[in-house]
Amino acid sequence: MSTSPALHLDDIARAFGGVQALSGVSLSVPAGCIYGLIGPNGAGKTTLFNVVTGFVAADRGRCLLHGLPITGLSVHEVTARGLARTFQNIRLFGEMTALENVMVGLHRQGRAGVLASVLRTAAARREQAGFVERAMALLDRVGAGAQASRRAGTLAYGLQRRVEIARALATGPRVLALDEPAAGMNASETDGLRELIASLRNDGLTVLLIEHDMRLVMGLCDRVAVLDRGRLIAEGPPAAVRTDPAVIEAYLGHAPVGEGH
Amino acid sequence: MRDPRRLRLVGLALGLLALLLAPFLVDALLGRAWVRVLDLVLLYAMLALGLNIVVGYAGLLDLGFVAFFAVGAYLYALCASPHFGLHLPFWLLLPAAALLAAGVGVLLGAPTLRLRGDYLAIVTLGFGEIIRIFLNNLNAPVNLTNGPQGITMIRPIEIAGVSMARPVELAGLTVPSLHLYYYLFLGFAALALVVSSRLEDSRIGRAWIAIREDEVAARACGVNTRDLKLLAFALGASFGGVAGALYASFQGFVSPESFGLTESVMILCMVVLGGMGHVRGVVLGAALLVALPEALRYTGPLQRALLGSVYIEPSDLRLLLFGLALVLVARWRPAGLWPSPVRRRELAERHAPGGPESAQ
Repeated sequence: MSTSPALHLDDIARAFGGVQALSGVSLSVPAGCIYGLIGPNGAGKTTLFNVVTGFVAADRGRCLLHGLPITGLSVHEVTARGLARTFQNIRLFGEMTALENVMVGLHRQGRAGVLASVLRTAAARREQAGFVERAMALLDRVGAGAQASRRAGTLAYGLQRRVEIARALATGPRVLALDEPAAGMNASETDGLRELIASLRNDGLTVLLIEHDMRLVMGLCDRVAVLDRGRLIAEGPPAAVRTDPAVIEAYLGHAPVGEGH
Repeated sequence: MRDPRRLRLVGLALGLLALLLAPFLVDALLGRAWVRVLDLVLLYAMLALGLNIVVGYAGLLDLGFVAFFAVGAYLYALCASPHFGLHLPFWLLLPAAALLAAGVGVLLGAPTLRLRGDYLAIVTLGFGEIIRIFLNNLNAPVNLTNGPQGITMIRPIEIAGVSMARPVELAGLTVPSLHLYYYLFLGFAALALVVSSRLEDSRIGRAWIAIREDEVAARACGVNTRDLKLLAFALGASFGGVAGALYASFQGFVSPESFGLTESVMILCMVVLGGMGHVRGVVLGAALLVALPEALRYTGPLQRALLGSVYIEPSDLRLLLFGLALVLVARWRPAGLWPSPVRRRELAERHAPGGPESAQ
């Protein structure tokens, strides 16, 4: 294993019109950990996600994935280099089955082109069969195997989240970025999610987690970064961050951060 | 005895037999004019299947699809008629039509990659008109297309020295020209059907449908949306190009007015009415929309016989019924008359949509 961090951000800045969404954020995400990204609404968390994953161009700064620059790459190229993401508002392909959704995630690992697909060559059929098998295994992995042939749009909310994570895992990432995965979940769904994310880390994956559920963040993350108004105001282990005066002030609360939202 | 595979095989054989006998049956029962309708059904099925790749799979609303039909038709017309004195063989011209149309498809696709929905529809609509107006006006200063007069005396397709324009004697059986074209078109339509349905259930097809459902998420899955959209445009256009070349040979005459906006809209209606993204539905849509106007011709004499005079012109009736059919389908069968299985299941379950809806 290389010693370079899984993800290294260097002085990332981005403005939308007059609003400075990010003003020079630098941080390093060590490989194999769960890294939390928190902050009040409008702090720039999702913008940071979008910059890192290539959805939004940075005004300045650079971004390294396992030591290799990914700044300026288009979204699918970032994905191909091993950084996958989910969305704050789940974005599954509603008309497709859960299995097909995950198979789209495998797209880049396939070779079959138009001609091979039309002729159903032996290689194309083998690839397709392999896709089905691997997609099925991934759905089982996230606990949505029983819903493989259900139309994704009809699945319960918690299951949609899991399918979306399976689809992201299908792209073969080394870093998985989850944008508020617990949003809208009830307590038992959140518990299931916590176990799932922890097990992904145990498989060697680096997880970048934006989350508002403080209990989840503090219980799960190895390190936490706090953004406020586009700046990094604190970074470190959860226990240190939660007592940081700057963080408490950012959340405008007298109560400790750990009491939850 | 009740082996489902055997039943399927028997069904398939019967279906094939019916398709092979169809022109003779139709000729005997309804008359020669209906064999011509049958030919056109197959031709339009090819067009609709091509457009289905662009609209049904990739979700790119294209209102100028007839342009590719025109490109194929004019390529054939110019290269196999006395206009330039060229008489290139069809086996050269059909692939050339497919390639040229695909190239034009990329030409249209490239600048519109960032557009979706209504905006894309407007640009493609304009593009279709540009092609038609070009064909209309390219008779001066150099007469390329013969302008509004169109190109006549286009050579019919010849296979092994046998022209399709003349009846063929085969084992004591006379096979008329329209029947010959039927078999030719049947072959190409079947090819289009197989290509479409195999692509649908492939890595490429799933990526297209992913783009249709949610382009942003598709990119996040590692799908190169730019290349795949261009591929959809090119492939769909190539279907249109081949159909155009066949049409030119079939009619023996092409002129710009055959390639107007109404044609594009008709082809789109076939896709939408039949069932977007479902190949069988699309073929059904083509069959209905080609046959319906022909059937309505009978209402003229019928009105005269029953009511003494023609109160509603059949051509007006056609538009009336057409609009009515679209409204009814939109109200009662939003996914088309014959939607793809996943959609049908979803509609039957009547689940409320959970995720963000992003179709067009």
